[in-house]
Amino acid sequence: MNVLERYEPLVDDVEAFYDACRRSLPSVVRVNTIKTTVERAKRALAAEDIAFEVTEWNPTLFRLLDDQPGANWPYVHGWLHGQEEVSAVPARVLDPDPGERIWDACAAPGSKTTQLAALLGDTGLVVATDNNLGRISALRSNTERLGVTNVAVTAEDARTHSLKPFPQAEYDRALVDAPCSCEGTVRKNPDVLEDWTVEHVEGIASVQKGALRRAVQATREGGTVVYSTCTFAPEENEAVLDHVLDAEPCRIEPFDLPLEHTSGVTAWHGKQFDPAVQGAKRIYPHHNDTGGFFCARLAVTG
Amino acid sequence: MADDASPGNQSDRFDRLPATATDRTVDGRPTRAELLAWWDERFGIEPGVFAEHTFWERGDGKIWVCRGDLETPVGIEALGMLAVRTRQEHWKPTLEAIQRFGDDATRNRIELATPEAAVFLAGADQELPWDGDWGYLIVTHEVAGEPEPLGVGLYVYDELRSMVPKGRRREL
Ligand SMILES: C[S@@+](CC[C@H](N)C(=O)[O-])C[C@H]1O[C@@H](n2cnc3c(N)ncnc32)[C@H](O)[C@@H]1O
Repeated sequence: MNVLERYEPLVDDVEAFYDACRRSLPSVVRVNTIKTTVERAKRALAAEDIAFEVTEWNPTLFRLLDDQPGANWPYVHGWLHGQEEVSAVPARVLDPDPGERIWDACAAPGSKTTQLAALLGDTGLVVATDNNLGRISALRSNTERLGVTNVAVTAEDARTHSLKPFPQAEYDRALVDAPCSCEGTVRKNPDVLEDWTVEHVEGIASVQKGALRRAVQATREGGTVVYSTCTFAPEENEAVLDHVLDAEPCRIEPFDLPLEHTSGVTAWHGKQFDPAVQGAKRIYPHHNDTGGFFCARLAVTG
Repeated sequence: MADDASPGNQSDRFDRLPATATDRTVDGRPTRAELLAWWDERFGIEPGVFAEHTFWERGDGKIWVCRGDLETPVGIEALGMLAVRTRQEHWKPTLEAIQRFGDDATRNRIELATPEAAVFLAGADQELPWDGDWGYLIVTHEVAGEPEPLGVGLYVYDELRSMVPKGRRREL
């Protein structure tokens, strides 16, 4: 677990952290409220003797106690979507209102796109962008399976996202669920640690900065942008926020998160960040028995 | 290529369906009025169900349904969901559109018991009695106490043929 060692100074309980990283991840599904209700989904699972518990913080998330998501009737009807618990955080933090226009900048395979669509009650518009065509086809399969009709999908680099196909206006909100080093998914995919390099961190950080800048630019004044990753690397988290706070009209906003977490860090490897980055939240795997995650909420001020 | 001026169907561009035949500029393109009439006549799904939706064609006879509206044409990867194929004489709805909108159907829907629904979902054809029209049917079965649309079957010669696309088939 070499790579994880670099994060020891940031973690509150190093032993619990390593223990959690070694355990496999509980299987979690989100109820797709475009096609059903939480109550009907519960009844359908109970009818198939599938044991589950509802998460304490989100009534649409069920932990499956000994099943995989894909092999039951409610799944086949598009009532359920397999989605890691922390992956359901950013759409909640973005907190869209029905009728709004949302940009999901790094959208494939669409767990958060479809969650945003459901939070909008399948009204308004979610523009879902990704630059990987193979992943876009997975995104399309998910939006269709889940019955989403308020979505427009484009293949492009988020850093140069064009509003041309959508001339109406800027977005009310945007989500940048950025490509990253993914150490936070180690419980699902231990290989991420083998593949980790510092060069990749630096390269991807420049994509993250570009995508987040574009999101602030494309969102109306008074709108909201959420930035999230599944990496622990401050280079890809607080340093990205620090850069964008400087470069674009925005500020970090506080938000409530009913999950155990710690604050963003203000210093890393000799660099100091804008103290506002403490308003971001870090979730470590041992906090809530989930994957690792990072999430920040920005208000657009110009 | 997505050239806004070019007429006809383009495989990389969505064109909103004309409201009625008098608005039609592309030969053979179905109109919104025809789509709504077909949903109603074939399945009893009333036009009001689609009041907030627009219909779009991309490629020949592939009709997509989108909640809301955009300027037409639009050259993007996907817009809402693929809903109906209108190229053949008998229009064929997609499984996804039936799961989403089929709840409102009052005609040409066949309720299967769960074991038969499993056969259907696996992609297999089966002999079943049906008193109504031949053609595309909405296949439902009971989930959590209510009938729920599962997909599209083609009923011909006393047989219900499963139209579940390969990627959606499952052995439950
Ligand atoms: C963390 S994943 C997104 C997961 C997705 N939001 C979900 O919830 O299912 C990051 C995505 O960013 C995409 N990506 C990478 N570089 C990009 C770029 N420059 N512009 C747009 N998307 C990019 C990747 O293809 C990948 O699908």
